[in-house]
Amino acid sequence: MFKTVFPYLLTGISVGGQYALIAIGYTMVYGILRLINFAHGDVFMVAGIVMVYLNASGMPLWLSILLTLLITVIIGFAIERVAYKPLRSAPRMSIMISAIGVSYTLQNLVLYITGGLNQFYPKIPFISNTVSIFGVNTKMVTLVTPVLTAILVVALVQLINHTKIGMAMRAVSKDFETSQLMGIKINSVISTTFIIGSFLAAVGSMLYFTNYNTVIQTSGSMPGLKAFVAAVFGGIGSIPGAVIGAFIIGICENIIKGLDIILFKSGITKQNLGLATFSDAFTFALLIVILVVKPTGLFGEKTTDKV
Amino acid sequence: MSLLHIKDLKVSYGGIEALKGISLDVEKGQIVALIGANGAGKSTTLRAISGLIPKSQGTITYDGQVISGHSPQKIVSEGICMVPEGRRVFPNLTVLENLKIGAYLRKDDIQPDIDHVYELFPRLKERAWQLAGTLSGGEQQMLAVGRALMMRPKLLMMDEPSLGLAPLVIKDIFKIIETLHENGITILLVEQNANAALKIADSAFVLETGHLGMHGTGKELLNDPRVKDAYLGKSQVRNGVG
Repeated sequence: MFKTVFPYLLTGISVGGQYALIAIGYTMVYGILRLINFAHGDVFMVAGIVMVYLNASGMPLWLSILLTLLITVIIGFAIERVAYKPLRSAPRMSIMISAIGVSYTLQNLVLYITGGLNQFYPKIPFISNTVSIFGVNTKMVTLVTPVLTAILVVALVQLINHTKIGMAMRAVSKDFETSQLMGIKINSVISTTFIIGSFLAAVGSMLYFTNYNTVIQTSGSMPGLKAFVAAVFGGIGSIPGAVIGAFIIGICENIIKGLDIILFKSGITKQNLGLATFSDAFTFALLIVILVVKPTGLFGEKTTDKV
Repeated sequence: MSLLHIKDLKVSYGGIEALKGISLDVEKGQIVALIGANGAGKSTTLRAISGLIPKSQGTITYDGQVISGHSPQKIVSEGICMVPEGRRVFPNLTVLENLKIGAYLRKDDIQPDIDHVYELFPRLKERAWQLAGTLSGGEQQMLAVGRALMMRPKLLMMDEPSLGLAPLVIKDIFKIIETLHENGITILLVEQNANAALKIADSAFVLETGHLGMHGTGKELLNDPRVKDAYLGKSQVRNGVG
């Protein structure tokens, strides 16, 4: 039994870590701006495309990795300045529509550049290598992802809880106006949030596309959506919530993908039921169940508004 | 020369003129009270000085420099701090963090200032690690004052510090205002509790729907029959209710 389930569990943890890195971007932006940044999944996809093109230009791999991180961060920063900042005092719905617009702009731009063809993601040595653990063959990235995710999350939580900018972020997330009275520049805090979110999405894209090998203009949609669900699942606005939500969703999704084989091998069913097809639908069903039981998600803020 | 000089200040909110051209002076080292009914424009005046809302006309001069049009950050860094209406402490930050964030723009050692605030409000020291959202109303008001002191303001603006507090706590708050005054901080105090405000004010202005009305020393206004009629009677009742 363990031997049948284990590979799916392993993939689930790995995919969960990748979702977590994207989900943090959703949850942090929501925490500060109360905005669902629909373009975030596409920033993740663009990071993949940037890596493909930088690597194809013949520069050394380490340099393309660094430049991918840098360029993604600049794109994230620029999106906020161009598409969200001018709408700061507009109704939230307008900013959301702006976010959808950015999402499609990025997809169309990538479609224009690539001609809609699958782009092969470069092999990053070490994490592309195959390893065998407990008799299961997998890529090194499967093991690296949860570790790297854990390190980045711990670093981020330290930043938010123990640095001056982190304190400012927490203050701004509660009260724009009073934060200004303290001398905090709201716009730099918001920019910092987008920079951190895009950086983590870029790291996530390297891990994710190493696993899936190809990038296309719609590659950001599904992972983006799943990460968003993970953020809501964990309680949007909460970083630990997003991370735990992402791991739960990653694991559940992959167990469902393997359910046919698991059931068949353990003798419960005699034929393939085709349950794997429902793995995406399951993610959303899970979300509905959680939100019915706990409307604010696992770690959501209680809605005690300002006194 | 006065520390703060406001000349013909007009402020509009979406077509409604909240301030219709007011002029007033705040002398260095004084407590200046701004009293008036709800909606008279008291908070608007403070918010315009702190740069949170733009003026449509007029000038605000601080320490000989025109500051109207500056960003709130710039104005705070020049030494004008505000204790906002309703306290507005950051509920998700600890008491100590709330104090630290008050000194956000400072780069030097802030420990002496934290100690100074703890001396003024020993309660805050006891609760340094508590989240500010768990404090009582009076404690939150103390924290809001302490937070504003962290920038070492020359001009401290207080918006309704007595709002929603029990009479005993209000007494404490006004005692603190006098202590700060003795320490040389200039105070611009907005209050609906006219009685308490006029008692400690060196100078006072009455604001009536966007216009400045009477003006005089705190004592003069306290004994003025028109002020008594319009503001003090009500404020006595309000005091009684707490």
